[in-house]
Amino acid sequence: MSYRSEELLAVCIARLIRAVPTSHIAVGAASPIPAAACWLCVKQGVPLRLSLLHKRTGNPFTDGSRELFDLTGQGRVDLFFLGGGEIDGQANLNLIGTGDWPGMEVRFPGSFGSAFMYFMAGRTILFREEHSPRVLVDRVAHISAPGVSEPGVYRRGHAQALVTGRCVFHFHPDRGRFSLASIHAGETLESIRAMTGFDFDVADDVGETPAPTEEELALLRGAVCDEMLETYPDFCARVFGRQRAA
Amino acid sequence: MTLMSLDAMAASIPDGAMIALPPDNSLPSVALAKALIRRGAKRLRLVGVPISGFATDILIGAGCVEQVETSAVTLGEAGFAPRFSAALKAGKLRILDATCPAMHTMLQATEKGVPFMPLRGLIGSDILANRPDWKVIESPFGTGEKITLLPALNPDVAVFHAVMADSAGNVWVGRRRECATVAHASKRALVTVERVVEGNFLEDERLCPGAINATYISGYAIAERGAHPSALLDEYGFDTQYVMDYARAAKTEAGFAAWCAEHVFGNQAVAAE
Repeated sequence: MSYRSEELLAVCIARLIRAVPTSHIAVGAASPIPAAACWLCVKQGVPLRLSLLHKRTGNPFTDGSRELFDLTGQGRVDLFFLGGGEIDGQANLNLIGTGDWPGMEVRFPGSFGSAFMYFMAGRTILFREEHSPRVLVDRVAHISAPGVSEPGVYRRGHAQALVTGRCVFHFHPDRGRFSLASIHAGETLESIRAMTGFDFDVADDVGETPAPTEEELALLRGAVCDEMLETYPDFCARVFGRQRAA
Repeated sequence: MTLMSLDAMAASIPDGAMIALPPDNSLPSVALAKALIRRGAKRLRLVGVPISGFATDILIGAGCVEQVETSAVTLGEAGFAPRFSAALKAGKLRILDATCPAMHTMLQATEKGVPFMPLRGLIGSDILANRPDWKVIESPFGTGEKITLLPALNPDVAVFHAVMADSAGNVWVGRRRECATVAHASKRALVTVERVVEGNFLEDERLCPGAINATYISGYAIAERGAHPSALLDEYGFDTQYVMDYARAAKTEAGFAAWCAEHVFGNQAVAAE
């Protein structure tokens, strides 16, 4: 069955979610793909609580926008998603910009909650569709949120993995490095190396990222799309070919 | 709390004031931002609660802003904020970068009347490295934990758009309680509303959890569709097309000037009604 890149990425992320016991996920990033992955897990029967910050109605927080950070500070968020204008081999994230501080060459919007959430969520899945040497760099120009922390700094979680349009990396906070875990169809180890600005390890069992199953695709295009139409109408139209009923 | 006109409200905010503004998902008063542009406000210091959006970008574009303290400036789906980026590159704007919970924490310190509050995270970030006003200490409780202290932030004015005010001058913001935090933490709160209704929200168990007590409100003004193009709870939705059109126009200074002439100055008669 043919599938779109967005569907493969959602399925990849869903597998990473299911790989670790997870009860509460907060989704804050503007990208709809992590949200689709979370809904896929729910529709597959994983008992998850989802707090979708971008939901237009029924926003999960009743105590103001600080509540997300307060409950994450307490350890009530098992998983969060982050991206970055730049991501380096130590999983440092740059949402500030390039050139001199504060981004005098290219200014990105800013760090949002990353400098807190990356430390305090149980774990983080990094997601960036663009996999190129300008995004995946050896060393970020500025650190919005560090990938690892020195002793004496309270840190509950780290990156679990980095999912891109070309592959899946796992992150190893003990050694502060990524390892290549699977390669999407059409890519090779050499093409990944050529498009990655940082050095990484290669897992012994690295193989091709499994394609979405028919069951996964049916759920994505049906029940998952139903949940996402209100918040991400453009995405649902583009990826699933579905319009919201007027 | 005083019922005032939108223009009188804008006139009451002096040049150089520190103004706390919520972002596009959290009831910004775009009506008052436009009124500030019309009055030619200068050297404003904007505070994003906890990030900044459309209202901040148009104030920057109009030359009203000297400094932004925020965790991000974004037009959401419409992409990067064009006048923010241009002003920063031209050296016309100072930005104090923060992270969302830091903005909330600094405002909560003022709410509680304490001089500072601790926040975890941050250490190892260049945000902290560029904030000499944020101090890392070792916890005095003997755990050896390093933790950052953030100073209380006390804006001169909180500005936001509520659905309604009542006869007593209480305003109603529904679940957007960060508007309450910023009202509590600021010296004054100036609130635009869609309408004024009879009665008292504090006497109504259904409405009072979404109300902000008039104690904190210095003035309110009626500005219909005053959050537009931002959404207002279940009253009206986000006007994506309007913001997309703005983002395209505001890519250049001339494009912004033309947009401003039409959408800020051209609408003056309507906004003042």
